[in-house]
Amino acid sequence: MKRHLWLLPILLVLSALWAGTAFAQDPTPSDNEVNRIAKQLFCPVCENTPLDVCPTQACAQWRALIREKLAAGWTDEQIKQYFVDQYGARVLSEPPRTGLNWLVYLVPPILFVVGVVILVRTFRPSKEAAVEDASHASSEVSPISSEPASDEYVARLEDELKKRK
Amino acid sequence: MTQPSPEVPPQKKHVPVWAQAIVWVGVIALFGVVALGLRRTQQGTVQVGETAPDFTLTTFPGYDYEGVSQVKLSDLKGKIVVINFWASWCKPCEQEANDLEEAWRIYQPEGDVVFLGVDYVDTEPEALGYLEKFDITFANGADLGTRISQAFRIKGVPETYFIDRDGVIHYIQVGPFQSLSQITSVIDSLKAK
Repeated sequence: MKRHLWLLPILLVLSALWAGTAFAQDPTPSDNEVNRIAKQLFCPVCENTPLDVCPTQACAQWRALIREKLAAGWTDEQIKQYFVDQYGARVLSEPPRTGLNWLVYLVPPILFVVGVVILVRTFRPSKEAAVEDASHASSEVSPISSEPASDEYVARLEDELKKRK
Repeated sequence: MTQPSPEVPPQKKHVPVWAQAIVWVGVIALFGVVALGLRRTQQGTVQVGETAPDFTLTTFPGYDYEGVSQVKLSDLKGKIVVINFWASWCKPCEQEANDLEEAWRIYQPEGDVVFLGVDYVDTEPEALGYLEKFDITFANGADLGTRISQAFRIKGVPETYFIDRDGVIHYIQVGPFQSLSQITSVIDSLKAK
């Protein structure tokens, strides 16, 4: 037994290390995780500047706030809602789908579809036009026969030309 | 020689009425939205002589007004109100912080002048750090949802609004005060009214 007493301090050290790993801290959210949310938000002060690329001290504070909320276990939606409650809906890069904001999502695709329909109808030759063209082609002979005066004129012109040759 | 064929007018392509209606409605709606936005942009801040927009300020812990944490402007009628918009990230705000606190301490005992600090798009820890740094004691709270700053249509911080006893805007200070006397002279003129 005494021969193995030298093992005791080693075992004590190892057990302390083992116990230490049970109290490991929660991992700090990475920059990518913070920016995943930050790019969905605008700087509340700067015009049209996404929060993930805004260089100001205030924006750094807001990104730190996002990091703090993520570390506390908040979801992306909870964090975005917090920013809306604090700074208004204008901080969202995508307008919330409520009330008149629906116009932003519905009007452009509707206008696009209507525009495509107009273009297609404008540039596609219609069947009616094809039928009318055909009828015009067949009736091209009749104007000559129905205009005897012009036939006579043409005939006289040809006679004059023959005389001059 | 062949006879030239009589000219046939080109076939007109008619755009359906329903399509025209949709396009015109969309264009008019778009112009309407732009016009509303431009109107708001060109309105400018609230002016002297206008009734101050009513609002409710939720104060920071420890910064309430006479024990009230939800301070409503309309409840302060009969008193002179000084509303100061600031932010911890605003360097010019730091220039006037001491003067504002000093002015508050001069008029606080009289009870008829109220100072309200509105923290504009800030984070609470930084805001509380700022208030502690300058030993601010008057009521302060965050401008939640930027509703108060939008109501006053402020252009930036710092901006300070002096409201008379009837709730009418008497004086507007854009930018930091340069001295304590600048603040007290406005309040004294309101007290003399």
